[in-house]
Amino acid sequence: MKNNKMSDKKYVVRVCLGTGCVSGGSLNVYEALKRDVESSGLKDITIDFTGCHGFCQRGPIVDIDPGSIFYSEVKEADVTDIVQLHLQEGKFIDRLFYRDPSTGEAIPSSQDIPFYSNQQRIILRNCGHINPENIDDYLAVGGYKALRKVLLKMSPEQVIAEVKNSGLRGRGGAGFVTGLKWEFCRRETGNEKYIICNADEGDPGAFMDRSILEADPHSVLEGMIIGAYSIGANQGYIYCRAEYPLALERLRIALRQMDEHGFLGDNILGSGFNFYIKIKEGAGAFVCGEETALIASIEGRRGMPRSRPPFPAQSGLWGKPTNINNVKTLASIPIIISRGSDWYSGIGTEKSKGTIVFALTGKVANAGLVEVPMGIKLEDLIHGIGGGILGGKKFKAVQTGGPSGGCLPASMLDSPVDYESLTAAGSIMGSGGMIVMDEDTCVVDMTRYFLSFTQAESCGKCVPCRVGTRQMLNILQRITKGKGKSGDIEQLERLAKTVKFGSLCGLGQTAPNPVLTTIRYFRNEYEDHINNKRCPALMCKELISFYILPEKCRGCTICFKNCPVGAISGSKKLIHIIDHEKCIKCGTCLEVCPKRFSAVVKVSGEKIKVPEKPIPVKK
Amino acid sequence: MYKQLAEIFKQYEGEKGAVITVLQKVQEKLGYLSKEAISGVAKFFRMSESEIFGIASFYAQFRFTPRGKHAVKVCLGTACYVRGGEEIMKTAEKNLGIDRGGTTEDYKFSLERVACFGCCALAPVMLVDKNVHTKMNLSKVREVIKRYQGEK
Repeated sequence: MKNNKMSDKKYVVRVCLGTGCVSGGSLNVYEALKRDVESSGLKDITIDFTGCHGFCQRGPIVDIDPGSIFYSEVKEADVTDIVQLHLQEGKFIDRLFYRDPSTGEAIPSSQDIPFYSNQQRIILRNCGHINPENIDDYLAVGGYKALRKVLLKMSPEQVIAEVKNSGLRGRGGAGFVTGLKWEFCRRETGNEKYIICNADEGDPGAFMDRSILEADPHSVLEGMIIGAYSIGANQGYIYCRAEYPLALERLRIALRQMDEHGFLGDNILGSGFNFYIKIKEGAGAFVCGEETALIASIEGRRGMPRSRPPFPAQSGLWGKPTNINNVKTLASIPIIISRGSDWYSGIGTEKSKGTIVFALTGKVANAGLVEVPMGIKLEDLIHGIGGGILGGKKFKAVQTGGPSGGCLPASMLDSPVDYESLTAAGSIMGSGGMIVMDEDTCVVDMTRYFLSFTQAESCGKCVPCRVGTRQMLNILQRITKGKGKSGDIEQLERLAKTVKFGSLCGLGQTAPNPVLTTIRYFRNEYEDHINNKRCPALMCKELISFYILPEKCRGCTICFKNCPVGAISGSKKLIHIIDHEKCIKCGTCLEVCPKRFSAVVKVSGEKIKVPEKPIPVKK
Repeated sequence: MYKQLAEIFKQYEGEKGAVITVLQKVQEKLGYLSKEAISGVAKFFRMSESEIFGIASFYAQFRFTPRGKHAVKVCLGTACYVRGGEEIMKTAEKNLGIDRGGTTEDYKFSLERVACFGCCALAPVMLVDKNVHTKMNLSKVREVIKRYQGEK
C-alpha cells in the first residue's frame, strides 16, 4: 500500500526512523539526504521518514519509489551516491541492494525480497509506508474511514457482531475472542466504563508493539475509539513502557493531531460520541502485562494481580467495567471494519483467524518483524522468511511466547503456528516473541536464563510462584555449574506442576513452560549435564575448558598478550599453554587466535593432552 | 525538598492514581528517589512513607541511590542473551571495575542490566546514556568504555 504522494512527485525517498535503524545511524542519513537534495537544487523529490520496516537486521533502510527500491545498511557516506546517481541520473546503486544470502544475487525491490514477499502484512499494513508523525499520510491510505463508518452508520451491537464474526482473538497472548470480550463489557450497566490499550510489552526479545506504535500509531488509536464506542467507554488509557521513548513521543503527536481533526474529544465527527485518551507510562514490571496487575498500576498501586472473578469487564479500573486489548488487536480493528469480517475470517485456520506478528530474533539470518497468516508452518517462518540460521549453523530450538513460552525442537518445525497447536506442543502463542536457537545454544542454560527472569519478575503474591520459581532456578543453576545430581529432573517436573497449578495469574501459570518443554524435548542434554558433567553446546562456563592445540600453535604470542588474567604461558615460537587454574574461560584467546592457525579450541567433558611447559613449535 | 518538588505536585493536584507518574517526574528531576523525596511525595498524597516506598520499590524503573554521570546499560533480554549479552556485561563490569547495579567511586559511571530495548535484531546491544551501540563484541565494549573514560 503506498500513499498518494507518489502522483505529484518524481521520487519519494523514505528513511526508516524506527528504533533499530536510528541506532544504526539513520537519523544522520535522513538529515544528509534532506541537506544534499536541497543544495543540489533537485525538484520533485520528497524526503520523508517512516517507522519500522521490520527488516532491522539490514538497517538503516532507505526505500525509494517508484519501484520500491530497497537500499539496506545505508551509511551517511552513501548519501552522495543516492542523490547523484539515483535521484539525479536515475541509476540504481548496486552495492546497497539486499543480496540473497545463499546465491549472492542482488534484489533491488523490496517486493521481491523473500523476507517481505512471503509475509502477509495486515496489522503492519502501513508500517514503513507512511510518516507516523503526519496524520495526513494515514488519512491518505484510508485512515479513520472505519471510524467514520462505525460512528455514523453502525450501532455498537453491529460493530461487536462484526468483530465477533471476524474471529479475531486477542493478540496479547491468551487468545480470547475479542468480540466476545467487548460484548461482556457492553452488557455491563453503568455509564462509566474504560478501555485500555496494553502496550506494556515486557517480554524480552519482543518488539512488535513498539514497532507498530512507532510506525503507525493512528491504526491503534482508531481501533481503540471503535472499541470504546462498542463497549460504551468515554475514557481510554494507553499503558506503555517508559523504556519506549520514541513510541511514547509518536503517540503524543498522534493524539494531538487527532484532537485537531476532531477524532477525539466531545461529539466526535458529529456523532454525539465523546472519547478521551490518556497515556500512562509503565515503570518496569513484567507482571503488569497481566490485566488486573495493569489496572492496579494505572491506579497508582503496586502492580499485583488479583483473583478473578470479578473480571475486569465487570469490575476493572476504579471498580468500573473495563476492557483491555493488546496493541496488535486494536491495530487489526480498522481494517476488519473497512474490508469486512468475512474477508478477515478467510485468512488463517479454522480456530485461529487472521495474521500474527512475530519478532523473529536470536540466531536467525533475517531477524526482524514479520507478519504471517495463522497456521503457517514454523519451518516456513524460520527458514523461509527468516532465511535460516545465522552463519550456516544447525537449528536447535525455537522459543515462542517469551520467557514463559516453550522451546520446540527441530521435529516440531512441521507444526502449524496457531493457538491450539502451540499449546498442544507445550508452548504458548504469547504476544509474538520468537527466538531461534542454534547448536551453540545450551537449552539448559537458556531455561536457567528464562527462570532467572520470571523468578525476578514474580510479584511474590502466590507462594508457589514466589518460592517455586526460586527453587527451580536453584536447581537449574546447580545443573549448569556441573553440580546436578540424579533426581533433579524429576524434582524440576514436580515443582513445575505445582507452580503451574498454584498460581493466580499468567506469569506463574506459564513460567514453568520452558522447564517442562526442554525436559520433554531435550532430556538428553539435561542428563549430559548431570551425569557426564558435559555441556554439548559448549556454553556452560563451569563445564568447558579451553586448550591450545600443540600441533597447531605457531607461537605468535597474540593469545598470550591478550589473556586478561595471565593464564597463558609461552613466548615467540613456543607452544603456548593455558593454566586451567587461572583461566576464567572468557574466550578471548579463541577470539584473537588468527584464523590461519585456529589453534585454540573449546571443549566440554574431555581433556586434551598438551606439553607440561612451553616447548618450541614443530617446524 | 517539598518546595523543590512543588512545581511537579501542582500539575497532579486532585488527579486519581497519579502516584507512579509523580514518582517518575521526581526521578526525572533529581536523578533518583532520595529519602527526602519519598517523604515529600508521601506528604503530597497524604500517604505514609512506607506506602510510597512500597510502590516505588515494586517497579524496576525507580532508583534509590545517586547514579553516575554516564549510565551504561547492557541488555540481557533473550535475543541479546542468545547472542552473548552476558559476556558483554561481564566485560563491561571488568572494564568499569563495578558490578551490575553499581556506580564507580568517582560517580562517573553506573552500570545496569536491562531487559530489552526492542533492538533485538541488532543484538547484543549496549547503551551509554542515550546512545545505542549495536552488534557488540568484547573489543567494541572495551573501546566504547575507554572513549568515555578518556573524556574530561
